[in-house]
Amino acid sequence: MAFGGGEEMKLKEKKFGIFLTFCIMAVFWTLLSGVFDAFHLISGLICCAIVSVISHDFLVKGKSEKKLLKSLRLLIYIPWELWKIVLANIDVAYRVLHPQMPIDPLIIEFETTLRKDFSLATLANSITLTPGTITILVEPERGKFWVHAIAKEPADALLVDQTMQRKVAHVFMETAVEAAVETENQEAL
Amino acid sequence: MVIVYVVVTVLLGAGVFFTLVGSIGLLRFPDFYTRLHATGKCDTLGGGLIILGALIYHFFQYPETPLVPAKLAFLIFFIFIANPTATHALMKAAYKTGLKPWRLGEERR
Repeated sequence: MAFGGGEEMKLKEKKFGIFLTFCIMAVFWTLLSGVFDAFHLISGLICCAIVSVISHDFLVKGKSEKKLLKSLRLLIYIPWELWKIVLANIDVAYRVLHPQMPIDPLIIEFETTLRKDFSLATLANSITLTPGTITILVEPERGKFWVHAIAKEPADALLVDQTMQRKVAHVFMETAVEAAVETENQEAL
Repeated sequence: MVIVYVVVTVLLGAGVFFTLVGSIGLLRFPDFYTRLHATGKCDTLGGGLIILGALIYHFFQYPETPLVPAKLAFLIFFIFIANPTATHALMKAAYKTGLKPWRLGEERR
């Protein structure tokens, strides 16, 4: 790609980022203020413009390829996650109220194919909210997770089953082929 | 309206139950990490359910102020993001300072 073309693309992305940030902030302002006279609306819009020019790169960052598809897949992922949260709470309630307290804590570590901040954060929060596991540490370079599990079964769900990792990787389209081959080789050994 | 009352009561009851279980777990579990399991999960869903009940009640009881339910919905959204993040931060701090996790058979701390 030519140098000038790249610059133009960047500028376009930046403008799109500012525009998107402005829209979101304007919606928030009108929703949260609840006052619809001219003074409040205009002062709110001016504030939104200033803030979105200064800090648009906090919200919209990097390449905007396939953003729509990713958000759609995220919307499908969220109900599944909510259901998992309910299961997690029933699981914790069972463990707390059981007279013998069936817990056997252990720390596990595993690597994933995820590399980007947002997908790593999503998986980390999902792990914390699902049955019997809490994320301790995340290493972004290798996509490595340290997880505290309250018993053996939830740890197996993450290590053997890996449904959640696959789902998050599917949502953010970071299913790296090399990583898959690597894990297969490890399993063969 | 009776259906609304029933739904709201069920939601509030479930929220209170999970929050209570979280508190009991905080007292019963043997060490720092396992206690965070109880509070980190139960407070998220418990608080979320209580706010959801308040949201539905307000939506049907006072339809003239629709902004309040919207704000409550945002509250649920932010609780569901902030609570696991805070739990994870506490976990990480404990792990970095070298607190050993409790294993089965050890004495409770």
